Amino acid sequence: MTDTARIPESLHEQGEYNFAYLDEQTKRMIRRAILKGIAIPGYQVPFASREMPMPYGWGTGGVQVTAAILGRSDCLKMIDQGSDDTTNAVSLRGFFEKTAGVRTTCETAEASIIQTRHRIPEKDLREDQILVFQVPIPEPLRFLEPRETETRKMHALEDYGLMHVKLYEDIAKNGHIATTYAYPVKVNDRYVMDPSPTPKFDNPKIDRMAALQLYGAGREKRIYAIPPYTKVKSLDFEDYPFEIQKFDKPCGLCGAENVYLDEVILDDKGGRMFVCSDSDYCEERRADGHLGPMAADPAAARVGNTRTGETIR
Amino acid sequence: MTATQETQTSQAMTPLAAGFHDPVHDAQACFRAVMNAMARPGTRQSLDIAGLTPPAPLTSVAAALALTLLDYDTPVWLDKPLMASEAVKAFLRFHTGAPIVNEPVEAAFALVANPGQMIPLASFNQGSAEYPDRSATVILLGQGFGAARTATPAVTLTGPGIQDSTAFPVGPVPPVFWEQVAANSRQFPRGIDLIFAGAAEIAALPRSTRILPTEV
Ligand SMILES: [Zn+2]
Repeated sequence: MTDTARIPESLHEQGEYNFAYLDEQTKRMIRRAILKGIAIPGYQVPFASREMPMPYGWGTGGVQVTAAILGRSDCLKMIDQGSDDTTNAVSLRGFFEKTAGVRTTCETAEASIIQTRHRIPEKDLREDQILVFQVPIPEPLRFLEPRETETRKMHALEDYGLMHVKLYEDIAKNGHIATTYAYPVKVNDRYVMDPSPTPKFDNPKIDRMAALQLYGAGREKRIYAIPPYTKVKSLDFEDYPFEIQKFDKPCGLCGAENVYLDEVILDDKGGRMFVCSDSDYCEERRADGHLGPMAADPAAARVGNTRTGETIR
Repeated sequence: MTATQETQTSQAMTPLAAGFHDPVHDAQACFRAVMNAMARPGTRQSLDIAGLTPPAPLTSVAAALALTLLDYDTPVWLDKPLMASEAVKAFLRFHTGAPIVNEPVEAAFALVANPGQMIPLASFNQGSAEYPDRSATVILLGQGFGAARTATPAVTLTGPGIQDSTAFPVGPVPPVFWEQVAANSRQFPRGIDLIFAGAAEIAALPRSTRILPTEV
């Protein structure tokens, strides 16, 4: 993420774009792809991805999906690596504030649409919420078979032998399945799907989730979806069942257990701590009076402050 | 002046019914209703159709769906009552640009004004094993929801988007309809998707939904 990758500020001031930037013809095309994606859970629907005023890798697929579904009364949350405050999240939030004039928030419970990269909020999502994923590589078989014609055939024939071989080789080499991100899942007992670069810690959250999940890959021109309450199973073997990462410490700031933690360097003397990756979740817990073992440490406290950019609260 | 020219002239003088008052936001609201309907099969989603007065037998809700989903890229098939109305065809052509096709199998969307007499679901494009998304979406007009308003008994649905199972009382549909729907879902991932258009509500049945045997 370099400075040249910033969304040009001037764009927002031109006022020549449609609501949420995309033209209506493009929205219709994306909307039709979303409907087919919902009707065929886990299947990657090809769509005519448009040039967006931000580089690929910035979530152009997710942005196009969000732009196609967004309405004036929506409240949008943007997260990147669990945080609302990274350059990527701040930029994309600003993009929709300016092109659509919608309310934005950092609070998971307040959002009607949550666009994310890498994480799923710790708080359970509701039926009236929509989770939009930014996906870099939608094809779970791509690393095993580079030819699109071949992977398409494999999906058509439900031939996922290669994927099982790959996972089993993992076990043979490492004694366990080493994949920790983008861990493949089977949706509705049919399609093998890449849940985007989320850590496998989040895989159980996408199983029977109450919220609709939409996945957009801009460069690869694919949209896919998981309807609410759809069975999503992480691939595994009887003798090597799927397991999520376990953290042996609670969050240093809020004391939360069984959440995904990031390691944070506190000083140049090697001081470090583990904190919630979901910054909104952590902040809300601290506001409710939960204290972690590092909460009193001044250097640690600096990590957990400041929240900028949202339009409400 | 030939007869054809005369017809065209008289049509041109009939004022064309208006489309969406606010094309951007009305289409967005309608799409969200369709998306919610497709994501939660069998649920009723209300649609704000204020201001739409399309020529009969096209209904306001069906017109909203057409304005939201159709364009130059989506060939549309019309059943006999709709096909017989020059005003309906003019409305759809003018507002959506969608080519009207004669063969059901060529259509991306189908509009059915007389669902009691509709042609078999198998007549429409089912998509291929490699591109199941290329199948048709069939829109049934004049649908009523709720046991009191339907002639046929409710079916029970299960599958993606449904927490356990849900009763779906809807009609009118032809007598063999639910057998066709069950056969449609058995060929998943191929298959057509259905949208039921009522007076101010819609519901949907994607191909992923399974029909449970109804206890009598
Ligand atoms: Zn925390």
